[in-house]
Amino acid sequence: MPAMNTRLHPPMKLAIQSFLAHGPVDAAAIDKFLRTHSFPLIEGRNATFVYRGPGDQVNLRHWVFGLGSSQPFTRVGSSDFWYHTLELPPQSRVEYKLEVILGGTGTWIRDPLNPNLAHDPFGANSVAHGQGYRTPGWAEHDPEARPGTMIETQLEGTPLGTQRVSIYLPARFRESRRYPLLIVHDGGDYMRYAALKSVLDNLIHRLEVAPLVAALTHPGDRIGEYPNNPLHAAFIAEHLLPFMEKQYPLYAAPAARCLMGASFGGVASLSTAWRYPGTFGRLLLQSGSFAFTDIGESKRGPVFAKVVDFVNNFRENPGRPSDKVYLSCGTYESLIYENRSLVPLLQSTGMEVKYEEARDGHNWENWRDRLRSGLSWLFPGPLWMVYE
Amino acid sequence: MTRGVLLGPQRLHPIVDKAADMLGIDGPIAAVTAGWQEREDEDQELCAAFGNRAVNLMLHARAETAFREDPELFAAHRAKQDRLRQLQDLYRLRLASHLKAARRVQQAQAPRDLVDAELEEAVQAVRLLDAHHVVKTQHIQRDFDRKVKPLERPAILKQLKEIEAILADCAGVAIAGGHVAVLYNRLRLFDLGPRLADLPIIAWSAGAMVLASRIVLFHDSPPQGRGNAEVLEGGLGLFPGVVPLPHARRRLNLQDPGRITVFARRFAPATCVALDERCFIHFDGPRWSAGSNTFQLRTDGHLVALH
Repeated sequence: MPAMNTRLHPPMKLAIQSFLAHGPVDAAAIDKFLRTHSFPLIEGRNATFVYRGPGDQVNLRHWVFGLGSSQPFTRVGSSDFWYHTLELPPQSRVEYKLEVILGGTGTWIRDPLNPNLAHDPFGANSVAHGQGYRTPGWAEHDPEARPGTMIETQLEGTPLGTQRVSIYLPARFRESRRYPLLIVHDGGDYMRYAALKSVLDNLIHRLEVAPLVAALTHPGDRIGEYPNNPLHAAFIAEHLLPFMEKQYPLYAAPAARCLMGASFGGVASLSTAWRYPGTFGRLLLQSGSFAFTDIGESKRGPVFAKVVDFVNNFRENPGRPSDKVYLSCGTYESLIYENRSLVPLLQSTGMEVKYEEARDGHNWENWRDRLRSGLSWLFPGPLWMVYE
Repeated sequence: MTRGVLLGPQRLHPIVDKAADMLGIDGPIAAVTAGWQEREDEDQELCAAFGNRAVNLMLHARAETAFREDPELFAAHRAKQDRLRQLQDLYRLRLASHLKAARRVQQAQAPRDLVDAELEEAVQAVRLLDAHHVVKTQHIQRDFDRKVKPLERPAILKQLKEIEAILADCAGVAIAGGHVAVLYNRLRLFDLGPRLADLPIIAWSAGAMVLASRIVLFHDSPPQGRGNAEVLEGGLGLFPGVVPLPHARRRLNLQDPGRITVFARRFAPATCVALDERCFIHFDGPRWSAGSNTFQLRTDGHLVALH
């Protein structure tokens, strides 16, 4: 039986505890327990995960930095019923899988009892929502929102060769108007996994974000292109930007140009702005992989070598790459330390900085959930004045 | 007194035709879509909703033409708008502390009678601030009128003559929503308040807001900022006694009796009316009535049907 959670005041008895205390725990009782609850079972700050099936061992595998990444389930007697209770603070979002070990072979599966899934380029994970977390309505398709238009194009002869770019034009786009430009790293992933199209449609429809044009890039080799690569920066600043400003009615001013990216895309955004100061007046950086060292070697491995070089150089000589920076990170990410460390440095350059944290991990839905705050701060819409 | 129907948003479920029937408008309708700014002439749906009898007054375009023809007027108008914006910023600063005080008093753990008395005074302070703000905006507007004399300038007179000719042939007026400050500015620039007063008016969203005695901007949960409702200016005052609140269900937290109480008490004795889709208020001379699904924000924190 799990220990009572001492962080609760007053301590509460969990449903799993009551269930186990009122035995017998036979198949019929387990069936009833599963039928009458939804899982994971969220009670205050506790989440109880349950698995029913054959196995020699079951582990909760998650990506919450600060907790052991593998948490063993407890089997009830000799039954096929397993459970594990984890502290899950309110508003949290945790992606996880179950590792079922049988006959010496471990298999990672999505939680069969949990319908909530989060997709990413590697597949899908189950998601546990802490008390109070709700998927924001503005991230879901709204039939009332006028849809923007997507246009596919190719840029040839860039330093990275031919590059595919997806262009978002807001609903009711007009050639006679001028628009700010949002350049999105990993644009395809933002569309697929962070619902970027719906988010833009909705936030523009709700007048919370100014109508804008977005250029969504699709990296070939992001690990090579994104960490302070001069060819990538040149592609963005010397090819994509002029192309967009020639093709579309954009405000040709730094304050109307934003670079956006998550993880390595955040590094690509910051390093491009750093290489072209005075060009991009807005940055939206989500869970940037801003690894650095104060002394010695980074322990993050060779993939981060160029990132560490860049961030160390940037910390030495930040200059003033932009004017207004929105920065976000999940408190369950290993990168939380690096992102928190970046805030005072960015502020010291004279840039206006807004930094937000969420009880979430390094994933697309975390980045999706922060878009309203970031975009509406960088490109505020006419919400206060327009009543249609 | 002006007759009219004030409506909520019309994009998805328009009832402007029913409003025209309520007012017995039988003839051409002068349309004001200046709140749509440069999209002013995209009025095909609106015209269709009125059975193709709408004639767009094109106030936004007319103002732009007048500004081009009279750079001095343009410069003075811009300076006035800058001053109004600066005043609004200062008012907003003071308003934030006043409203914060009211909310803290409201939530205080103290005997009910003490809280009520203090809350009343806190709300009074907000009302006073709002009232002073309206007076200051009126000073700025009158100062502009006195110095610039827009209605004596050929660039405006030329447009006004055409507007009056259209109005003379119209049996009613329709004022669409959009950017409330732009809409109000254009109506005011051509001094259309008194010119529209004798015609039955159908107005929705921002169009309804500018016809009240105070233009109240509101949103309880904007993505940035505090979400403090604020008074923009005095409005045309053709339909006094109401504060139209279009998109109320989306923009206001109507589940929070505390917020509703402060909101309603702040603007009392005017009636704060939630104007969502299919909602309406019908002004028939001195009397007014409302649609069955049209609600009032009451000072006790409840929403009640106005019907």
